[in-house]
Amino acid sequence: MRHTIATDTLGPRGPALTAPIDACVHCGFCLPSCPTYVTLGEEMDSPRGRILLMKEVLEGTLELDSALPYLDNCLGCQACETACPSGVHYGELITGFRAHVEPVRRRPAAARLQRRLLLETLPFPRRFALAARLGRPARALAERLPSPLAAMLALIPDRLPPAAPLPARMPAQGPRRARVALLAGCAQQVLDPDINWAALRVLAANGIETVIPPGQACCGALAMHTGASERARPLARANLAAFPTDVDAIITTAAGCGSGMREYGLLLAGEPDAEAGAALAERVCDVATFLDRVGLIAPPPLPEPITVAYHDACHLAHAQRERTAPRRLLGAIDGLTLVEPAEWELCCGSAGTYNVEHPELARRLGARKAANLRATGAELIVTANIGCLTQIGLHLREAGVEMALLHTVQVLDRAYAHALKGAPPR
Amino acid sequence: MEIIAALGELGLGERLLTTPAALAAFSCDGLTAFTARPCAAVLAESTAEVVATVRACHATGTPFVARGSGTSLSGGSLPVAGGVLIALNRLNRVLSIDPESRTAVLEPGVINLDVSRAAAAHGLAYAPDPSSQSVCSIGGNLAFNSGGAHCLRHGMTANHILGMTVVLPDGELTTLGGPSREGLGPDWTGMFCGSEGLFGIAVEVTVSLIPIAEATATFLAAYDSLSAAGDAVSAIVAAGLLPVAMEIMDALAIEAAEASVKPRYPPAAALLIVELEGDRDTVAADTTALEALIAVSGAVSVTHTADPEERALIWKGRKSAFSAVGWLAPDYIVQDGVVPRTQLGRALAEVEALSAAAGIRVANVFHAGDGNLHPLILFDGAEAGALERAEQLAADILSMCVRLGGSITGEHGVGVEKRAHLPLMFSPDDLTLMGEIRRSVDPGELANRGKMLVPMAEGTAA
Repeated sequence: MRHTIATDTLGPRGPALTAPIDACVHCGFCLPSCPTYVTLGEEMDSPRGRILLMKEVLEGTLELDSALPYLDNCLGCQACETACPSGVHYGELITGFRAHVEPVRRRPAAARLQRRLLLETLPFPRRFALAARLGRPARALAERLPSPLAAMLALIPDRLPPAAPLPARMPAQGPRRARVALLAGCAQQVLDPDINWAALRVLAANGIETVIPPGQACCGALAMHTGASERARPLARANLAAFPTDVDAIITTAAGCGSGMREYGLLLAGEPDAEAGAALAERVCDVATFLDRVGLIAPPPLPEPITVAYHDACHLAHAQRERTAPRRLLGAIDGLTLVEPAEWELCCGSAGTYNVEHPELARRLGARKAANLRATGAELIVTANIGCLTQIGLHLREAGVEMALLHTVQVLDRAYAHALKGAPPR
Repeated sequence: MEIIAALGELGLGERLLTTPAALAAFSCDGLTAFTARPCAAVLAESTAEVVATVRACHATGTPFVARGSGTSLSGGSLPVAGGVLIALNRLNRVLSIDPESRTAVLEPGVINLDVSRAAAAHGLAYAPDPSSQSVCSIGGNLAFNSGGAHCLRHGMTANHILGMTVVLPDGELTTLGGPSREGLGPDWTGMFCGSEGLFGIAVEVTVSLIPIAEATATFLAAYDSLSAAGDAVSAIVAAGLLPVAMEIMDALAIEAAEASVKPRYPPAAALLIVELEGDRDTVAADTTALEALIAVSGAVSVTHTADPEERALIWKGRKSAFSAVGWLAPDYIVQDGVVPRTQLGRALAEVEALSAAAGIRVANVFHAGDGNLHPLILFDGAEAGALERAEQLAADILSMCVRLGGSITGEHGVGVEKRAHLPLMFSPDDLTLMGEIRRSVDPGELANRGKMLVPMAEGTAA
């Protein structure tokens, strides 16, 4: 699409902002894959519509304030990139645009408070666990609080599972086939610490040694994807300092973290450590991708057969283009039958902090996703992201459905331990 | 404004859009070279709302444009500046399917592919399959008489429309055609279908469905020249075979498809895709005949598959090709000229010569069986004069099509884009008559003003 944006006035982020606008031909192939277009049915809430809005804001023909509600509605799921025949990097545009306009945008007080609370608690496991404990009694007051705060309280889990601290190193069992470093992550480590433990055990069972570098931080995705690059950069730099270069890969167990770390090059564009950021990004690999690449040592056959529905987390399927590895891993378990839910490409509505910032849209998407998963008749739902696990669990519960939910590595872990059946509902 | 006040009375709430951002989002369709800001956009959710909106436009003399998914490649759903844009995408229900009479009743915003998805449970499908079928809507298909790869045997949209309920430009609701093909009097559905919205808005459409074929086989034949592939198409038809689809892609189009959806096509200067369908015995017999024809046609290689996933990938590559050229150049113009099938080889050679003379790259991907060319003229809009040079080449290609006995459009419609080329095919008298017919239904030229015909409002009579 032709435009009159002066790319060079946009600083180091310029090319990432204008290249997607150049590439978009406005064909509309993205429309059916966009969760907000499918839900709201209006052009402003579609990927190509938003591209038009961002183009006009950057050209100076449209007021930012007029465009913002629609741009804020975007989940950043990147399903449009999977659907796009023209190769438009929409994710880079929306992330870059949010960062570009953050310094000049104004938010109402309640939204400002919510944003601050989210960005100052979620990325820090200790603060998040404390906030969850403090917030729980406040849920009784939710009805009387401004809606952004009430939405946050609704997501606080009833209990936080006890967490044994992760070791500094998990040795490989048998001959060592690879050596990797694990990103422990933040929210997942509080909400479901078993996922990282399961990953460590599965990696070990596959002859992979894992180190968990001290001094690492949250990946920064949460901040990055909501326009707060100034908060994301220090986190990225902490990880640049913490992660060794002499490992075969940097492993992530949450799809959102993986996709966030893979954007370090863009996050640090124009900074002295841009190159180092891009180099680290290259080495980031989702745990399923890595296991599949190394070659999974098949777990023992299951004592009883089980039907599993795999839910594609957007930040793995769309942002990291990985749909085959998790299916191949699960398919390697003898006795496990994989079924596919309808509308796999549609986001569940979790999308980082989206379910807190846009509770109504997130609720509609969550209910739709839960219904699609329920319709598969599977006994167990498997996915690769803590946000999806929380969101889908919430909406299954709301629909009164008891279905178990696990991360891909938890399934493998239980299969190795002969304990796949009987996973408790989340 | 008078019209905004009138629309405000309709109780549309947040579905009456007037903010700058909302209007910006609706300012163009699949042809971004043209943009215009409407004064309001209405997200209609019922026939009654479409009627009320059109009546308000009629009462205030405001032009209106209806739009489904906004995928027109000719600017067919480009808003009129200061007019009203009526979005029909929320009217997307399949109202009924009658497997016995093989018909379906649809709202205009139903996505083309969703008709076949809904009909599949009854072993039926909706035949017309524009490349944008995963997005484009039935209302737009009807207004532009859309084609598609499989229209070679099954016919265009008009061949599958039985009846419709339409809102005329003065807001009157009327019914054209009916549930069966046999009708008395003039063929009103035939006139409405393909009229590019000049006679009003279809709000309910009855379409015919076809049974899903028992067997299907898709062939990929690689050639070392475009004209050899074009000649093969003529030979196949001359031999009495009628495939459901025959498509050709040239090297640039293949390159774009591989960059995009990676259909794993064989490398070739020209790729011929042929699809056979029918009962098992017919497809088996036709396969033997087709293989023999391709063997003597100079094909470099040929493969065929009946595997649904492999076939889906072949078609995904073909149907993404327009958008995929976004990988090759920042901008492109897609043309839609038609030549008689027997002139295909010659027309392709002329396109090549025109492209070389202009020094502009042209990718070709087209419905070969129908002689419907889709030259994609690649350019960089940031270069001074590039757009004008590309437009000149497009005009030269269209003139050539008409000279060879063809037409300036096969399926994308005239829209705003090819309006200036209409005199290539029609005399001033023809155009005047068309304008008079249009104004006999819509004296104020309110419905989709400016598309296909030059309106009186622009000065010169159409």
